[in-house]
Formats: sequence, structure tokens, C-alpha cells
Amino acid sequence: MLKARFQKTLPTFELEVDVSVSDGILVLVGPSGAGKTTILQCVAGLQTPSQGEIKIRGKTIFSSEHGTNIPIRNRRIGYVFQDYALFPHMTVEKNVLYGKPKKRSTANQVFTAVGVLELLKIEHLRNRYPSQISGGEKQRVALARALMTEPELLLLDEPLSALDQDTRSLLQQELLKLQAQWKIPFILVTHDLQEAEMLGDQIIKLDHGKQEVIRKLQIRHN
Amino acid sequence: MEFSFIPIILSLKVAFASVIIVTCLSIPIAGLMVKHEFLGKDVIESIITLPLVLPPSVIGFMLLVFFGKNGPMGKLLEQWFQIRIVFTLAGAVIAAAVVSLPLMYQSVKVAMESVDRNLEMAARTLGAGDLRVFFTITLPLAWNGIVAGLVLAFARSLGEFGATLMIAGNIPGKTQTMPLAIYFANDAGDTGQASILVIIMTVFSFMVIYGLNRWGKGSRRDSRREYRGREG
Repeated sequence: MLKARFQKTLPTFELEVDVSVSDGILVLVGPSGAGKTTILQCVAGLQTPSQGEIKIRGKTIFSSEHGTNIPIRNRRIGYVFQDYALFPHMTVEKNVLYGKPKKRSTANQVFTAVGVLELLKIEHLRNRYPSQISGGEKQRVALARALMTEPELLLLDEPLSALDQDTRSLLQQELLKLQAQWKIPFILVTHDLQEAEMLGDQIIKLDHGKQEVIRKLQIRHN
Repeated sequence: MEFSFIPIILSLKVAFASVIIVTCLSIPIAGLMVKHEFLGKDVIESIITLPLVLPPSVIGFMLLVFFGKNGPMGKLLEQWFQIRIVFTLAGAVIAAAVVSLPLMYQSVKVAMESVDRNLEMAARTLGAGDLRVFFTITLPLAWNGIVAGLVLAFARSLGEFGATLMIAGNIPGKTQTMPLAIYFANDAGDTGQASILVIIMTVFSFMVIYGLNRWGKGSRRDSRREYRGREG
């Protein structure tokens, strides 16, 4: 459960954010430069909002009023970068294991390396380096790596924009399945309205820092 | 006069010691400089780079003033630890380290700056603290630049002449490194000894530059070996 209400002053406009997501996928859609990535980075802790408050599962991770700003590494938020940001000097397996918590917080079997690699169908790639796999495979590795940290929220920054149409539709289906299985909220950023319609339980359109709700939370029919 | 290997051995000793000092200094300094903004950063950076443009005699003179018998550091070391820097091999090491630090530092800094910031951010979102990010992401990805800096610093240390002469002097068997031996052998008319050392230094320096160029090309090819096909 995420509740975020904050402002961030950007060079050309003021970004105003008021989102809340309890389950399912919240899609932020809008043109380039609308502040989508900034929202994700503020939630993850890679950027600091000018003012406001961000809460996850009732725990305040940022509050300008109380001077709270929990470091990124303690926020338990998974982040999938636009260009995947896989570590080029590590194998797929090492990449996936990088963020594995030392102490297991849940006894969930899926959180083993094998479990996650299997879930995302990348087990056969474990000894390859990122430069030796395809874009779609990189995307799966990036997802696996983020999930391995046992996050309470997953942020995805244009995860499918660099892929060809077939890989893209395939991964869209898998993201939906994954979210249903994992039962943590996803926030996904895209500039493609069609993709937003396809994936979003909630859709928020952004333009120059102002948000407009396109679809409210409802039960997904499929 | 028969050929002596001692200058070669002394030069290697000085170069190794200097490279160790320079590595231990430049990696943490470059790490801090790349990651943080602070007051006086440009001043510190300029001071580190200064030996690159100053004549060696100026550096030698400064070191002499600083580490000399009555210099601030020289006095301290002499009184507390009974260590003398002037006219010892330690002096030669310090001279070599001061002139090769800028080479290593620049090389390491450029390498660290070119590490994709997204990768460091990704490591942070995966729960890594500053030190873990530095040792598992920044340092390994800057490795090529670090090795290049290391080799350049080694070669520069090996060839250091002016500042070494001023602070360490020219004591055969004690502080007379290869460049000094060449200068003084030639001065004394012993061209045989001078030419052998000249050949050794030239061949070595050539190999360093050649090796670095080859290796640079090789690693660029590696990074271009991106995955192609499969999706198409």
C-alpha cells in the first residue's frame, strides 16, 4: 500500500503528485518530460521531493514536515530502470542475487534464486553476461533482480519501450500474471496510452506536472 | 667502468613503492571528488594536478623545503621517528609519487566519472550502501582506467629525474636511479654504461605505451561486442 502526496519543483514546472495504490498496477502515462520518471525516483528515494509525504504500508518513508527521509536501501522498493541497468560485469545470476536480503524475512520459496529465475524463465541464462542476452531477456533479468529484494512495491520505468512488438505483448501478459502472483502494487510508467489501457488497474495521465485520473481502481475483467 | 645493475634495481624499487603510494591515494581521492561537491574542491584538484605542469626543479625545491632538515615535515620526522628523507631512497620515492600522482588521479577520475550513474542508482535500490556501491560497481567498472593509470604512473616514476636529483641526490648504489645514472655516466664520458641504460629505458617505455594502446583497443572491442540478432 502506497500513499504519496508531494510536490517537486522542476526547472520548467511544478510537479504535483497525489497517488495511492493498494493493489494492482497503477500506470502513469504521459509524454516525455511530463515528470513520470521523477515521480518514481522520488518514491524510490533517488530524488527528494520539495515537500510532502510518502507512506508505504502506513510507514512514513518521506515527510518534509517531520524531516523524515529513509535511505533508499531501507525503503524496500523494487525499481526496474528504463535501460534495465544490469551490471555488465556480473553474470545474470550475480545480477539477480545482488539485492538478495541477508536475513530471510519470509519463508516464501519463490524468493530463492532458482525460484525467481524459473518464474521469469531465465534459468538457462544464469551464466551469461548482460551483453550476451537479448532485450526481452534483459527485461526479465531486471525484473528478477528487483523481485529478489522482496520489495513491498515495484516501480517500472518504461519497462517495455525498447522492445519489439511481439516481445512487448508477451511481457505485458507476464507482467499482469506476475503482479497477480506477487500481490504487491506496481507503478508503471509509459508514454504509450494503449499499453496503459492494457496494463493499468488505475491510470493517471500526466502533463506538465498536473495529473488527471483516466481510470479509477476497479476489478480487472479477464 | 663495468656495467652496474644497481641503478635498475633502485629504479624498480622506487617505481613500485611510488605506484603503491599513488594507488592508495588516488583511488579514495578520486572516489570522493567524483561523488561529492564541497567547498575548495577545485583548489584541491588543482594542487593534485600542479606537478603535471610545474618544472621538476620547482617540485624538487618545494620538496626540499618541506622535507629538509629545517622544513616542517623534515623536522617532525627526524625528531619523532629519526627518519631522514633528504638524500635517501625515501626521498626518491616521494619525488616519484608527487609527479606521478596527477597521471594516476586523472586516469582514475575519468574512469569513475564514465561509470553509468544508473548502475550505481540501481545498486542503491537493491539495498547497497555507499561502500558496497563503490567496491562492487564503481571500482570494477572503472578498472580499465585504474590499470591504465597504474601503468602510466609506474612509467613516470621510473623516468623521474629532476625532482629526484634535488631531494635524493646522486649517490651511487643508494639513490642513483636509472635516469640519474644515464646523466652522470654521460657526463663522465662513460657512453657505454649510458647507452645500455638508455636502450633499457626506451625499450621498456615503448612496451608500456604499445601495450596500453593494444589493450585499450582490445577492451573497446569487448565493450562493443553487444548482443545482436535473436530478437529479429
